Amino acid sequence: MATELPQAPADRPAPRRLPVLQGGVTRRTTVKALGATLGLAAFARAIAPLTEWARDIPVDRFLQRHYRELTPEAMQTLLRQLEQETREQYGAEVHIEDVKPTPGVAFGYALNLSVCNGCRRCAEACHIENNHDRASQESYIRVLEMSKGSMDMERGRVDYAGPNPDPDKFYMPVQCQQCDDAPCVKVCPVEATWKESDGIVVVDYDWCIGCRYCEAACPYHARRFNWTKPQVPAAEVNPDQAYLSNRIRPQGVVEKCHFCLHRTRKGRLPACLEACPTGARVFGNLLDPDSEIRRVLADKRVYVLKEELGTRPRFFYFFDV
Amino acid sequence: MRLPFTNDPSRPRRRRLVLGALAAAGLVAAFGAGSWAAARAQAPTPAPDEAPAPAGTADHAGASGAEADRPRPGEVRRLAPAYVPRVDTGLVDRAGAPVLVSCGTCHATRPPDPGRCATDDAMAMHRGLVFAHGERSCLACHDPGDYDRLRLAHGEPVPFAEAPRLCAQCHGPQQRDWERGLHGGMNGFWDAARGGRERHACTSCHDPHAPAYPLVTPVFHPPDPLAGRGRPIPARGAEGGAHGH
Repeated sequence: MATELPQAPADRPAPRRLPVLQGGVTRRTTVKALGATLGLAAFARAIAPLTEWARDIPVDRFLQRHYRELTPEAMQTLLRQLEQETREQYGAEVHIEDVKPTPGVAFGYALNLSVCNGCRRCAEACHIENNHDRASQESYIRVLEMSKGSMDMERGRVDYAGPNPDPDKFYMPVQCQQCDDAPCVKVCPVEATWKESDGIVVVDYDWCIGCRYCEAACPYHARRFNWTKPQVPAAEVNPDQAYLSNRIRPQGVVEKCHFCLHRTRKGRLPACLEACPTGARVFGNLLDPDSEIRRVLADKRVYVLKEELGTRPRFFYFFDV
Repeated sequence: MRLPFTNDPSRPRRRRLVLGALAAAGLVAAFGAGSWAAARAQAPTPAPDEAPAPAGTADHAGASGAEADRPRPGEVRRLAPAYVPRVDTGLVDRAGAPVLVSCGTCHATRPPDPGRCATDDAMAMHRGLVFAHGERSCLACHDPGDYDRLRLAHGEPVPFAEAPRLCAQCHGPQQRDWERGLHGGMNGFWDAARGGRERHACTSCHDPHAPAYPLVTPVFHPPDPLAGRGRPIPARGAEGGAHGH
């Protein structure tokens, strides 16, 4: 037995309705409408972080190209924009440059473990020079207190309190080794980190997606992640900045030691070297046979950390013999 | 009773419409996120300016042509204490400033007596002097003929400004490394073509009377890794972990 559906009068056409409503409101259409609404709500929720991001970042910064694809004009525009952002967000007048590597220069660093006394002034100088977040006391340098007779950096301590040096220990500052075959560069899924022609491994902070693969890949624990937006008082912001080095980093990106390229690419010594009170650090151009770093390699028995990994660091350690 | 939607020829079309709308929404979501990620992940092409630029860089790239302009390593400025040391007498002048005298102020009035060097009497005269430099006699370094200068082992006098020559008599390897830039701190430029640097002399860091570098209290203590953000660091035996951050 079938009930006849109510028919529209033949003399006037059926009113135009949404197709889903053509049969009238039924349980099935209600459930479907509910499902569609929930689906759209879930979609909106899923893309909500993108809309929040768009609020924080201007459109042209969102569409910004990779460092190596930026034209000089676009870079200049971007640098002025970054200076403006620093002024607004930190209240500090800074000068941000894009310092290029010098042809014929390849940087090398050596550290004399016989005289390092573990005072951590290098780590402190790095913290100040590179506009690190004050609260987390971040620094690119980690000084390990090592037992004499052991070279296992995984067994070094960082939380020693002195007085230094302990006669049974030696002190080994570890920072980015600027590897020639850098694992961090190889794992980056977006090529936000790469090795420059003067040997410095750099990060484009605006291209990094914060996946932290590089942090996991680095055998020297040299990479740092910005868990929070760095907080630096305006009076303490180092105004001498470069795009690839010590400009204040955004939240959620990875950073690392860059041999103070805003200083060293202009001929100056790195901040950690100048801060070292014992003269343990030697820095220079590996391609200049008269440089101090070449004399270290010629005169001293140098070693590199975790040589067996084949990373070929440009950071050398030695003991006075 | 016939349900209103059975055998309704428009039903499959309507279902297709609804399913299609949902699928379209899903596609938009997937495409939106995917294209954004793809834009971020797009591999950059190598920039043309990576190639070495020959012009304007002759002072760094060209070795032979720039040698003449480049200061030799011996020309870099070195900090040596270019002064005669002053001794605090413990007195103050009318303005409240401490009265400092040169060594010769006292020593000009009395003949040198090598036998008194290590006595308490001599130490009491030299206020605040801590002597921990092996078994040296005062006159191993100080010139008994003129206490405002020093004396090498073979009798040649040297001014205080050239004290490293005196130190080098015993500390040959350190002197060799210092000459070659491997010992002692420095400030300034690694690139001599672009600026000078300051080298420290022996006595800038070492007290000549107690030359061992003193014990220091380390600064900038790292935050407690267990109290910090992120996962706690598993202890690694008695040694602790290297993962400070």
